[in-house]
Amino acid sequence: MAPSTATPLDIITAELIAELGSDQVITDRQRRRTYECDGLAAYRVVPGVVVLAQDPDDVAATVRACARNGVPFVARGSGTGLSGGALPHSDGVLVVMSQMRAIREVDVAAQRAVVDPGVINLQLTAATSPDGYYFAPDPSSQSVCSIGGNVAENSGGAHCLKYGFTTNHVTGLDLVTPGGERVEIGGKAPDPPGYDLLGALVGSEGTLGVVTAATVRLTRLPQEVRTLLAAFRSMDDAGAATSAIIAAGVIPAAIEMMDALAIEAAEAAVHCNYPAGAGAVLVVELDGPSPDVAGEFDDVVRLCEEAGSFEVRVAADDDERALIWKGRKSAFAAVGRISPDYIVQDGVIPRTALPLVLRQIAELSESAGVRVANVFHAGDGNLHPLVLFDGSVEGAVDRAEEVAGGILDLCLAHGGSITGEHGVGADKAKHMPRMFTADDLDTMQAVRCAFDPDGISNPGKVFPTPRLCGERPGRHQGAHPLAESGVAEVF
Amino acid sequence: MADLQRLADALKRDGGEVREAGPADAVDGVPATAVARPASADGVAAVLREATAQGLATVARGAGTALDWGAPPERVDLILDTTGLDRLVEHGAGDLVVVAEAGLPVAALSETVRAAAQELVVDLPPERLAGGSTVGGALSTGASGPRRLQRGGIRDLVLGATVVLADGTIASSGGKVVKNVAGYDLAKLLTGAYGTLGVVVRAAFRLHPARPDRAFVVATGPLADVAARARDVVASQLAPAAVEIDRPAGSDGAEVAVLLEGTTAAVGQRAAAAAELLGGRVQREPPAWWAVLPGAAAAGPFGTGVSTGSTTVGGATSASGVEPVETYGKATATLTGVADLLAAARGAEQRYGVGVALRGTAAGVLHTVVTGTPEATAYAVGHLRGAAPSPRDGTVTVLRAPREVRARLDAWGPVGGLDLMRAIKRQLDPGRSLAPGRFVGGI
Repeated sequence: MAPSTATPLDIITAELIAELGSDQVITDRQRRRTYECDGLAAYRVVPGVVVLAQDPDDVAATVRACARNGVPFVARGSGTGLSGGALPHSDGVLVVMSQMRAIREVDVAAQRAVVDPGVINLQLTAATSPDGYYFAPDPSSQSVCSIGGNVAENSGGAHCLKYGFTTNHVTGLDLVTPGGERVEIGGKAPDPPGYDLLGALVGSEGTLGVVTAATVRLTRLPQEVRTLLAAFRSMDDAGAATSAIIAAGVIPAAIEMMDALAIEAAEAAVHCNYPAGAGAVLVVELDGPSPDVAGEFDDVVRLCEEAGSFEVRVAADDDERALIWKGRKSAFAAVGRISPDYIVQDGVIPRTALPLVLRQIAELSESAGVRVANVFHAGDGNLHPLVLFDGSVEGAVDRAEEVAGGILDLCLAHGGSITGEHGVGADKAKHMPRMFTADDLDTMQAVRCAFDPDGISNPGKVFPTPRLCGERPGRHQGAHPLAESGVAEVF
Repeated sequence: MADLQRLADALKRDGGEVREAGPADAVDGVPATAVARPASADGVAAVLREATAQGLATVARGAGTALDWGAPPERVDLILDTTGLDRLVEHGAGDLVVVAEAGLPVAALSETVRAAAQELVVDLPPERLAGGSTVGGALSTGASGPRRLQRGGIRDLVLGATVVLADGTIASSGGKVVKNVAGYDLAKLLTGAYGTLGVVVRAAFRLHPARPDRAFVVATGPLADVAARARDVVASQLAPAAVEIDRPAGSDGAEVAVLLEGTTAAVGQRAAAAAELLGGRVQREPPAWWAVLPGAAAAGPFGTGVSTGSTTVGGATSASGVEPVETYGKATATLTGVADLLAAARGAEQRYGVGVALRGTAAGVLHTVVTGTPEATAYAVGHLRGAAPSPRDGTVTVLRAPREVRARLDAWGPVGGLDLMRAIKRQLDPGRSLAPGRFVGGI
């Protein structure tokens, strides 16, 4: 029995231990600290209590307890997110999903898999590739990130230009609503009747409930994959090559670009041996039926050369392909070799604005005296500038933050987005009003109210200010009074 | 009753028009009182604010090619005609993106982007295209065509949308870039919502480069055989742009048609490989039924611009409930379940004396037309639903049907997450001002 001065957290902790057992409920502060941050370590909060969920019943019981006591909860997958989306709440429950990691069903004939939320992205591909299939969304963290996390963040990856994002690959979700109810949405068949709840849920960053199972598409492995690395003197030339490839009607599986500073970092870290003297490199990958890939690949090589590429390397086999990708995939971590600290920014611009925006980023970098390395998905205009700084120098963090924020301003000025794949999370909620009007955000939050009227599902993320669900000033004109007062449903 | 003068006043600044509704403005047999045709998003907001304040029930209408899909609204006071919002806002050819107002005909949009050798891959039925089907209509009905197999449905192509809520709030979500995860993806929530959450006034879509060449491979055979061969092609590495199945009512067989797109040399090779896999023949042109809605759904009121309600649907004048009528719906299945659906169509015909036409993608979204007496039709729909082991594996939703049929069946079937859908409706349209009764669960 909790003492009369017990906080809601004390009460729920006792309830959770009683219901789930002490093995699954972590109260020890040292152990709770393990979960204080996700992949964005700049934000740290020690969770009030941690639940290690083993199955959907555990999740539902935990969420019901939270709803009963008005305690916030945050679901966490592998904790690899880069926007603080899984940042815990100090007075709340962190629901760790990573122990729910069974691939429930692989239905190759129907091209579907049903997975637990903690299943690692690449494990699904590993499990299905012997049958000739894979899970298409491929975030850089795919060897460690969970599919539940991919669903929350609508993860993309280098290959989403051609194959789409997580939202294009989910056909069913089992959800525990913030009220603790279990709801099955969709399944193996496409287009479930009614509103597209899957579309609303995927990418909602854990603010609409907790997903306890996902039914996803399996994509047929392509007959052929060809990869090249093209070195250019300048970013402008590499940008021109990208534009030429898109203009030729080719949709590559991926087009990735790195600038000189990013190349330098990658060389220092993984010795990828990119061509010397390159001011920019492009990694272009084509996949599909062999006859198409063969023809288009020749076109891409020619277009790169016409745009001024001084060296084009074509991967002769899987090992050479892996080597080309190694430099690109290691770029974020590699920046640690050339700078003690760095911010990974994530913004989007219309692809055609690329040369202009890159020049503007260079100007911003120069005037602030802050180095910026550029790595990005050139095909879809998703920039990942790495803003370098030394945290031990006074004021350096602030200057770096300012440059990182300035880059988002550039993205918005060109009609882009403040995040292409890392999510809004805790980090960018403050930027949302720069991209959306108060009415836009209010309407999104109205949808949130439909799922989570008490605002307990991952509060403080996505939206800069919470919205009281009962309070709707200036609305309800002509509403049915019973519906308005919540006394009756009018349906 | 609608106060037309005040509605007209609301549209004064916008320059839009308000008029009394005529018989042709009825929605699936439900007569309307007034028609407002604003010229801008602000005009839509002004007229909706006024309409909702008057307590009117409003139904948004584009070209009206699918206005009688979904249940008939409980009442229609105001038709909000979106065809005054017909601008193509932006075509970013280099970015493969198009932004258009909701009332722009899809055919006009397609013509513009075709000039840059690009296309919006929605594959609307030709009769809807010819009828002037709009961007907002295609979105709100969740249009589904052959090439969704590889490129997804319209919900996978929409990048952002601006909607006007019943209270006049103008809200945008998403954006006009291909990659974007900022905020909720409300554009998807509006897709296929039949105008019950808000009136879409603008949307941005991803475009695809038009492929230089194409070929079709066609084969016919017994039902199970055709389904299996279609599956083989989907599971091959030939990357077909579409695999369509057509099973006419009363037939023991079906036809499968595969579309291959790419460069001329590559398409030739892949078509030959597909022909071998399918046991079919290569042809330049699609079969006549390609992307066309089956049955007389194709020969309905399309093309006249405005639907005149269920009385025009084949045989719907049957008051006695014993004459055959035509019912149009959407059937979904898993890739493997398509064979069972085809078999169920034959089974329903034999058991209930109806005709069941099925046509659509082997990926499991098919149009169906059931022809029979209302009672037999209701049984047949139930039989088709039984083809899937559970609603997770396949559903049948009735979109267009005479009243006598609707009275005898549950048009939407089981809907997962219905309580959440009702809650969303309550949040966005608390007074049930928009198309009340048209959607699932009476929404």
